[in-house]
Amino acid sequence: MKSQLVIPLFALLLLVVFNLIRDAGFFSLSITVNNNGNSVLSGNIISILNSASELAIISIGMTLVTASSKGQDISVGAVAAIAGSVFVRVLREHNITWPIIILAFLGGCVAAILCGVFNGTLVAGFKIQPMIATLILLTAGRPIAYWINGGATPTVDSPLLGYIGSFIPGVPIPTPILIVIVFAVLVALILRFTNLGLYTQAVGINEKSARLNGINAAGMKILSFMILGVCVSIAGCISVSRIGLINHETILLDIEMDAILAVAIGGNALSGGKFSIAGSVIGAYIIQALTITLYAMKVSSTAVKAYKAIVIIAIVVLGSPVVQGYLLKLRDKLFQKSKKALESQAYGE
Amino acid sequence: MPNDIALSMRNISKSFPGVRALHNVDFTLYKGEIHALMGENGAGKSTLIKVLTGVHPKDAGEILIAGSNKEANIKSPQDAQNLGISTVYQEITLCPNLTVAENMFIGRGDYHFVNWREMGKKTVEILEKLNIPARSTQQLATCSLAVQQMVAIARAMDMECKVLILDEPTSSLDEREVEKLFSLMRELKARGVGIIFITHFLEQVYEVCDRITVLRNGELIGAYDIKDLPRVQLISKMMGKELDDISEIKNSRVSHARADIPPVFEATGLSSAAGTKAFDFKIDQGEVNGFTGLLGSGRSESVRAIFGADKVTGGKIHINGKPAKISKPKDAMKLGIGYLPEDRKQDGIVDDLSVRENIILALQVMRGFFHPFSRAEAEKFADEYIKLLGIKTASMDTPIKSLSGGNQQKAILARWLLTKPQYLILDEPTRGIDVGTKVEIQKLVLKLAEEGVSVTFISSEIEEMLRTCSRLIVMRDRNIVGELMQDDMTQAKIMRTIAGEAVQNG
Amino acid sequence: MGSNRRLSADPLGQKQREPISNTNLLLTITICTFFGMYGMAMAVWGSGFLNPQQFLDLFNNNAFLIVVSCGLTIVMIAGGIDISVGGITALVTMACVVYLDDHSGSVVGSMALALGIGTAFGLVQGFLISYLEIQPFIISLAGMFFAKGMTTIVSVAPRTAKHVAFLALKQFRIVIPGIGSYGKTGNFIPARVELGVVIALAVVLLVYAMLKWTRFGRNLYAVGGNNQSALMLGINVKRTRFFSYLISGVLSGIGGYVYLLHTGAGNASNASAAEMQAIASAIIGGTLLTGGVGNVIGTLFGVLSLKTISNIVIASGLREPYWQSITVGLMLCFFILLQSVILSIREKGGMRKN
Repeated sequence: MKSQLVIPLFALLLLVVFNLIRDAGFFSLSITVNNNGNSVLSGNIISILNSASELAIISIGMTLVTASSKGQDISVGAVAAIAGSVFVRVLREHNITWPIIILAFLGGCVAAILCGVFNGTLVAGFKIQPMIATLILLTAGRPIAYWINGGATPTVDSPLLGYIGSFIPGVPIPTPILIVIVFAVLVALILRFTNLGLYTQAVGINEKSARLNGINAAGMKILSFMILGVCVSIAGCISVSRIGLINHETILLDIEMDAILAVAIGGNALSGGKFSIAGSVIGAYIIQALTITLYAMKVSSTAVKAYKAIVIIAIVVLGSPVVQGYLLKLRDKLFQKSKKALESQAYGE
Repeated sequence: MPNDIALSMRNISKSFPGVRALHNVDFTLYKGEIHALMGENGAGKSTLIKVLTGVHPKDAGEILIAGSNKEANIKSPQDAQNLGISTVYQEITLCPNLTVAENMFIGRGDYHFVNWREMGKKTVEILEKLNIPARSTQQLATCSLAVQQMVAIARAMDMECKVLILDEPTSSLDEREVEKLFSLMRELKARGVGIIFITHFLEQVYEVCDRITVLRNGELIGAYDIKDLPRVQLISKMMGKELDDISEIKNSRVSHARADIPPVFEATGLSSAAGTKAFDFKIDQGEVNGFTGLLGSGRSESVRAIFGADKVTGGKIHINGKPAKISKPKDAMKLGIGYLPEDRKQDGIVDDLSVRENIILALQVMRGFFHPFSRAEAEKFADEYIKLLGIKTASMDTPIKSLSGGNQQKAILARWLLTKPQYLILDEPTRGIDVGTKVEIQKLVLKLAEEGVSVTFISSEIEEMLRTCSRLIVMRDRNIVGELMQDDMTQAKIMRTIAGEAVQNG
Repeated sequence: MGSNRRLSADPLGQKQREPISNTNLLLTITICTFFGMYGMAMAVWGSGFLNPQQFLDLFNNNAFLIVVSCGLTIVMIAGGIDISVGGITALVTMACVVYLDDHSGSVVGSMALALGIGTAFGLVQGFLISYLEIQPFIISLAGMFFAKGMTTIVSVAPRTAKHVAFLALKQFRIVIPGIGSYGKTGNFIPARVELGVVIALAVVLLVYAMLKWTRFGRNLYAVGGNNQSALMLGINVKRTRFFSYLISGVLSGIGGYVYLLHTGAGNASNASAAEMQAIASAIIGGTLLTGGVGNVIGTLFGVLSLKTISNIVIASGLREPYWQSITVGLMLCFFILLQSVILSIREKGGMRKN
């Protein structure tokens, strides 16, 4: 097990323990019957896993972008709106059948990938910092999404979407969770059967050396933005499918911040290099678990932000080099003291 | 302390874990002299300077500065500056986004409000006094690099420094700019400032310096007046070879070079954006050739141009007789060329990745994006070369940054051997490696040649070159100044060619 | 600032013009863009644009953004970033309203509260970023979350101020004699400027003075330009950075108060996109995110340009709100690319001169 997963797992554990202490039945699962007459699993765990789906998927892509470009993409929410809008537009113009849904999804993907290429080119070609480059789409993205559908908040009405956004009849687990699992497996396979992981890390750790080994550094950066585009598109489509409409202003609002946080909580350096996708995914669930825990404690949705902020600060302060150095020195001092104590025991008596 | 001495360092010693960087080194700098500090890599030059400027604390010895009888206690760069020791590095130590006048005065003194007019006036005075071609209101970034360095020197001078250290100031300057720099240095000399000049450019040392101190392997070899030390003697002292002493170690190895088939690599008019002037070069199959010369003479830039590591700006290339184009490293790799870089920290190791990943990296890239090695394959490769080269590591999964320098070097070497190249370029492969392994590597090079691999070997150690190479290209100050073969390949001849003195009988 | 255009001789005796500095070049472009846009708007669409009140409303409606953008400019010059400014603004509006209405506070007290909140944020963020060396993005992100969260904790629902003295202050207008517009009934309505504008302009002038004439101000540029060099030149880099964040926090507090003076209400969604707008304004005004270059006059014009673009878009008939943001995005794209291109040309030129 990688050492970078220690802190996130520990944080998750803390959350779990905290909740169990507060309310022993917090994690109970039960079978209920939902609106469509299907029996489904429900409970806090399901809520957490379900609502974190979009965040988990986006965090995967954000990890790659952070690793290779040493910066963050703050336009993901806006691009999700664009992808979602394309999805809705295609659906509204046809009879909704499975092939059409797939087509719509691909349309959203293409749109998101193009945005990724735009961002990637600014970063890799014009050497602009990722945060600034993506500021452009952050500003213009949601309006573009609005324009794609000619304004308003268009709705899409089809039971098939319910398959994606809530439950497949007969399956008790919400579909978004299943999508995350499938996607995660897909990503794992890609990492296993291609050199994506190795090249991305090499570029992020030492671009000069990566180049001298024949790696196309600019290409890898743009590729990571494109993969993020795919992630964003999936997240956008899930989000639309949950409620059957797209509101370009509110869809996945502020998710970029949460994604960056998830990456950081997962133990990944925001300055690039080695990465762990598992860490970011755990980070995503930590964030969601924290949010749901706070809701359960009757904290209002906007006040939740304040608590999130404190947790973030605690994590990054502990992880900061200054504090780490200080803690190491402290440990050494204590170690010396106990050594001396042992030695004096040995000599003393 | 006698009145004419600006700086006196006595018995300076400094060690790092596993390395004795300086041992009982003395250094004396007189007022109003330009003093060159010379030595090859590992000689201890930079450590001596870092001790003097407070970057590293010394282990032993004392430092005395003019004007005080007490020993100087230098614990930080600020301390050094306060004592009158100023340094101008190769990289710019000013802020290019500020004006010349601001750079002259920022961070000094007790003021709270900026008086632009006063500052401008004073700056103009200084610039005129020292004949520096810049306007006080000019943004520093728009000045040429030479002028930027002159401004840095002017600042040091205005702060009334007693000792001015110039660390490789001329590396990026053209001839005219170097002349301007020298006249500024002479101006300072006339004012009694002691200048320590660190450079690799031999000609410049002889043009502007009064005395030379030579270090080797952390020890003082000697301090000499320039007029008493002809170039060839300087080279021999730096390299540790006495001219008369050499038993004429001739190159006696049998060359395996195949002259009957087209050369493995041939280039005409090759030049790169890194500043190499156009040069011709060829190497036959199974030949081992070397590039020699002092550090900084352009050896690395030349081979980087061959590998496509720097942007190639001109030249034609033929591989095995067929025309080819190399515009980036991957092209070279596909053509069977491998390159072990000189700076393993910056260009070689990917420090957070494991030893295994570092070893398979180049071969992996050649295999392709969609064909990653299986864990078993990768482990087999890594294991093979860890054993072959004796790489000391806790396991193949240890991050390479925790290995010692020598073992890191071996891992990078393993990386390129793994690609089974037809032409391997090794830039200082034995630097920082223990003696036993140095010999192993040389033997390896000879074995490769026997198997038909061509090797270009760059080293500052002449014996290594003599034992392995059948042809030596000598470089000085970024130019190729000679090509030696067979009978000409003697230590004496090599050193004379590097030094540039007229060739006597062998 | 002065770009000295006197001819200078170089060693070869050739005469050269001294090139304009980066800062001035970008500033000139921004100012020209703004006046160009406004002039074109006046020519093409007349009516509204010819009304001096509309011009002044650019200031009236966006005074808080001007203040907050000045703070951000300072931070960016030193090489950092602060995205908490919008959140702090919202918190200040809410806290002050609650203080004035629920706790019968005084107007002076509310001002002190605003400053206090801003300073507190600035202190904590500054400390964490410069002394604990944590990435500014994360810390200010947390700051923004915390501020927005606290806003709803202070009061769940939006509140409108009812405090009498405060409302009097809010209504206060400075009348500018001589210029104005004609109302529907033919009366001459002189142009009016709100109190917040005076505060905003005062802030701009003060910050300008600080950046140009104080040691601290110049240190900001040095630290942002090359922090290694700044250290070697004897500047206390950590302290300089710390103060840049502290000032940004204080200015966010002031900005929040100005916002309250304009809208009279506390609301968690106040100033919701302010941080990005402030960054965009600074960038358009010629401040580089990489640091070392920037000036508040440019930022002022950046804010004006940003808002003028929105007005132009509306006037040209593209009424849907999304057009404004898209044009802003395009404008931002243009300026970012422009900066990147100018810089790389400059760098190459500087290195290979002579």
